Amino acid sequence: MAKQPYQPPEQSMAGQVTDSLLLLALVIGALFLPLWLGLAGGGKTTLELPEQTWAGMAQTPAMQAQWEQLGYTEETAAELIASRFDYSFSWGALALTALVIIAYFGFVFRFSEQEYREVIDEKFGKP
Amino acid sequence: MSDQTTAYTAVHGEKISLLRVLGPGHVWALGVGIVLVGEFMGWNFAVGKGGAQAALIACWVAGLLYTCVAMIDSEVTSTVAAAGGQYAQAKHIVGPLMAFNVGLFLVMAYTMLEAGNAITAGFLIQTVAGMAGFEAVHDKPFIVLTIVALAWLNYRGVFASLTFNLVITAIAFLSIIVLFLALQPWAPTLHRLDTLATGLPYGWLGVIASLHFGLWYYLGIEGTCQAAEEVRSPARSLPLGTMTGMITLLIAATLTWWICVGLMPWEYLGQAITPLFDAARLTGSVALMVLLFIGTIFSTLASANGCINDASRAWFSMGRDRYLPVWFGAVHPTYRTPFRAIVFLVPVALVFALGAPLDQVITFSILSGLLGYTFMSFNIVMFRKRWPVGRIKRGYVHPLHPLPAIVLLVLCAATYFAVFLGYGTQLLAMMSFYIIASAWFHFHRYRYVRRGDQFTMPWPRPQGY
Repeated sequence: MAKQPYQPPEQSMAGQVTDSLLLLALVIGALFLPLWLGLAGGGKTTLELPEQTWAGMAQTPAMQAQWEQLGYTEETAAELIASRFDYSFSWGALALTALVIIAYFGFVFRFSEQEYREVIDEKFGKP
Repeated sequence: MSDQTTAYTAVHGEKISLLRVLGPGHVWALGVGIVLVGEFMGWNFAVGKGGAQAALIACWVAGLLYTCVAMIDSEVTSTVAAAGGQYAQAKHIVGPLMAFNVGLFLVMAYTMLEAGNAITAGFLIQTVAGMAGFEAVHDKPFIVLTIVALAWLNYRGVFASLTFNLVITAIAFLSIIVLFLALQPWAPTLHRLDTLATGLPYGWLGVIASLHFGLWYYLGIEGTCQAAEEVRSPARSLPLGTMTGMITLLIAATLTWWICVGLMPWEYLGQAITPLFDAARLTGSVALMVLLFIGTIFSTLASANGCINDASRAWFSMGRDRYLPVWFGAVHPTYRTPFRAIVFLVPVALVFALGAPLDQVITFSILSGLLGYTFMSFNIVMFRKRWPVGRIKRGYVHPLHPLPAIVLLVLCAATYFAVFLGYGTQLLAMMSFYIIASAWFHFHRYRYVRRGDQFTMPWPRPQGY
C-alpha cells in the first residue's frame, strides 16, 4: 500500500523572495569575495627580467616580429612576458582542498540517499 | 500558482507544455553553438598555464574527458528525456539534493559562460572600433546589449532562437576553416610553428595545470540534453547531435591550436582575449580580419544564446519541482518559454559580465562544469545498478561500461588539481558556495518539495529500494 503523500506547506511570496535573494547573494559572494579580499590571482608572480630588450626577454627575432605586428614595443610587452604562474604549493593546502571536495560529495550523496528513499517509498509504496 | 509547478502550466483551464519542435540539427547547434566560442577565446589561457605543447596535450586529454561525458550522457539522456537534462537524471537516479546541486552546476556554468561571451564581444567591438579610429567606443554598452537582446530572443521562443543559432554557428565554424586554409600551415610562409612553439616552460606540472583551461575547448557540449523535452525524437536526436558535435569540436580545437601557436609568442597567446581574431590580424589580410571578427562575434552570440536557453531551463525545472520558489516554474502562455527564469537570470549575467575579469569568470564556469562531470561518473554507475540493461528501454547503450566512468573520474581528479594550481582560492570559494547551498536546501528548502512528484519516469522500482 502506497504511503500517504507528503503535503508540503505553501510558501508565502515574502518567503519566495527571501529564498531567491539569499541564493543570489550566495552566488555573487562566491565569485566576488575572493576578488574583494584580493585573494584571486594569488597564483601569479612576475619574473625579474635582466633588461627590457627583446633579447633580454628571451624573444627571438621571429617572436619580436610578431609582437611588433601586434602593436607591442619592448616596454609594453615586458609586463606580459614577465607574468608567470607560481605553482609552488603546500601539501597541507592540497590535502585541505581535496578533503573539502570529498566532504562535499560525501555530504550530498548521503543526504540525497535519505531523500531518495522518501521519494521511492511515496512513489512505489513501502517494499 | 501551484499548477505552474507541475509538468505543465495551466492557462484558462488548458495545460501548456514546452513545444517539441527540434531536430538533430538543432541539437548539434545547441551543443556546438555553446561551445564553439571556446575556440575563439579562453582555450588559450591553457597556453599561459603550461605553454603551447601543454595546451595541445590538454586539448586531447580534455577531448577524451568529453568523449566519456558524451557517451555517458547520451545513454542516460536518451532514457531520461526531460527538460533540465542532467538535473532530471539526478532527480531520478540519485535524489533531490544531488538534483538541486546539478541544477545549480548547470545554471552557474552557463550563466558565467554567457557573461564570458558578452565580455569577449564587448572587448572585440571596442578593439575594432579603436583600430578604425573610434577610440571613444566603450565595451560596457555592448556587453549589456548582448545579454539583454539575446534574453529577449529566448523569451520570444525556442525555435526561433535555436534556428538563429544553427545559422550563426555554421558561419563561425566556417570562419575557422577559411582561416586555416588561407594560412596553409602545412606550407609555412606566415606560419612559424617551428620557431614560435617553444617547449614546456613549467615542465610536466604545467601540462597538468593547463588541463584547467583545456576543458574550455568543449565545455557545455553536455548542454544538448537540456532541450530533451523540446526534441521531436530524443532517443535518436540527442545521441546523434551530441556525438557529431564532439567530432566537430575536436576538429575545430586542433585547427585552432595549430593556427594560433604558429603565429603568436606563447606569452602573448596565453593572455590574449580574442586569439583567433589576433591570428587574422597577423596575416595582414583585411578580408580575413573581417571574417574572423564576424566569426568571433557570431560564436559569442551563439554561445550566449545557447547558455540562456540552457540556464533558464535548468532554473525553470528547479522552480517547477519547488527546489526554488515555484514562481520560476511558469511557461509563457503565448511563447511557451520559461520566461520568468529567463528574465531572472539576466541581472545575474550582467553582474558577472560587468564586474569580474574574464579568466575568473571562465574559471567559475569551468569549476561548475567539472563538478557536473564528477557527478556523471557516479550517476552512470548508479543508473546501471538500479536499472540494469534490459530492465528499461534505453535509446542508446554506451559501450565498455564502466571504463568511461572510471576514466572520467580520474580525469576530473586531475583537473581539480589543475585548477588548484594557480586558482586554489577560487576553487575553495566555489566549494564553500555549494556546501552552504546544499545545507540550505536539505535543512530548509526540501520541506516545500512534493516527494512522490520527483519520480515521473514510467520505470519499475529501482533495484535495492
